[in-house]
Amino acid sequence: MADESTMAERSTWRNKVGLAEMLRGGVIMDVTNAEQAKIAEDAGAVSVMALERVPADIRAEGGVARMADLKVIEEIMDTVTIPVMAKARIGHFAEAQVLQAIGADFVDESEVLTPADEFFHIDKHAFDVPFVCGCTDLAEALRRIGEGAAMIRTKGEAGSGNIVEATRHMRNVMTGLKHVSGLRDDELMTEAKNMGAPYHLVKEVARTGKLPVPNFSAGGIATPADAALMMQLGAQAIFVGSGIFKSEDPEARANAIVHAATYFEDPVEVARACRGLEGAAMDGIDVRTLEDSERLATRGW
Amino acid sequence: MKYRIGVLSVQGDFAEHVAAMNDLDDVEALPVKTAEAIASCHGLIIPGGESTTIGKLCQRFGLDEAIGKLHADGRPIWGTCAGLILLARDIVDSDQWRLGYMDIEVKRNAFGRQVDSFETDLAVAKLAGGATRAVFIRAPYVTTVGDNVTVMATCRDKIVMVRQEHLLGCAFHPELTDDRRVQQYFLDMVKAAES
Repeated sequence: MADESTMAERSTWRNKVGLAEMLRGGVIMDVTNAEQAKIAEDAGAVSVMALERVPADIRAEGGVARMADLKVIEEIMDTVTIPVMAKARIGHFAEAQVLQAIGADFVDESEVLTPADEFFHIDKHAFDVPFVCGCTDLAEALRRIGEGAAMIRTKGEAGSGNIVEATRHMRNVMTGLKHVSGLRDDELMTEAKNMGAPYHLVKEVARTGKLPVPNFSAGGIATPADAALMMQLGAQAIFVGSGIFKSEDPEARANAIVHAATYFEDPVEVARACRGLEGAAMDGIDVRTLEDSERLATRGW
Repeated sequence: MKYRIGVLSVQGDFAEHVAAMNDLDDVEALPVKTAEAIASCHGLIIPGGESTTIGKLCQRFGLDEAIGKLHADGRPIWGTCAGLILLARDIVDSDQWRLGYMDIEVKRNAFGRQVDSFETDLAVAKLAGGATRAVFIRAPYVTTVGDNVTVMATCRDKIVMVRQEHLLGCAFHPELTDDRRVQQYFLDMVKAAES
């Protein structure tokens, strides 16, 4: 095995996208401390997102939302065996470097935090740690993948408890995929120009009919039926932010959403998941009442 | 005849396994997540994913009994990564639920966290044609094996592939590359069990 080291490569693209594939069919839960992380893991979460405040609190309290306290992230990493994700501000590559240095398993370059750069996202190819990024449509997804995102999540409207933006963004992506895969080869450069997306990725989508990396759903999922809806619309897994720990009975809700995400295509099972819930879901917001400046999904481009 | 190979699909990279198995002749591979569907299979694959999640879901939805029946009938079961962990009798520093059919002890996330994930050329016993490209993602390895377990591959001096009668386990992900020799090896196990 003398030459093993020359054949071995660390953190390849396959390693990064591979971890995203391993999370498929699962639920990734926002947690703010080790105790919540344990509840999430016990309920069957495939991963936790470590952050200081859940989006609903960020929205309520205002101010600048930054990368979480490393102490919190490290405590969570010490508590659970499932992968731990953490958020960096859009464009804040130094926060991402720090998260990589402490061993976070996935970095979310997230619109839920206050953007650090209004023009440039992080060059994610430059990192060993894989990245997930939000999108509102196919073009935005392909821009992020072009920069090196190994997983995409539709943005929805984080902290709203309202699924309407999540469905809008997932349908945008799916409609985009159908549209591009129906184009002739000689139409693809113009399409790439009009979309503002990398040509080589537009070509790949035209050939395969799907995104080059897994596509998960986030932003507004509060009930088991919400999870089933997003999975049936084409999400390959679910992020639940405020939906669990802002509800009345987080443990039961975490279990129920995992149940619904697993058996999303079977209404009898989704009903069974819903029936196990006694406490109320988180409070929701009618997103039509939000000013543009209050909408997190408009952050990033 | 077509051999029906189920891929446990409660969570994980089951779609890649289904597609990889269906590249072979004589196979009908399909995702399975109910006891009835599992019972109808000649062989079962437990994919990569999160072993705690897959284990809890198996238990919660009574799939462990259906898998146990396949095992008792000598039908081949192949676990990759999380699947290997679930097949192991012992898991270092963990009391998480497992199927526990194989006489091995495994260590989870044994090569490190995600930033330490890697791929490498790997020599596998019984596979003709040279090394295979092996993708390790937050991978476990096997720390001890019983007398009835055959070690099929090692990487960095750690055991990463094992066979015990009708059970096969590997710490890496053959479903993520284009090499189908491990799939063919498992299919041959299924064929042998049916003949």
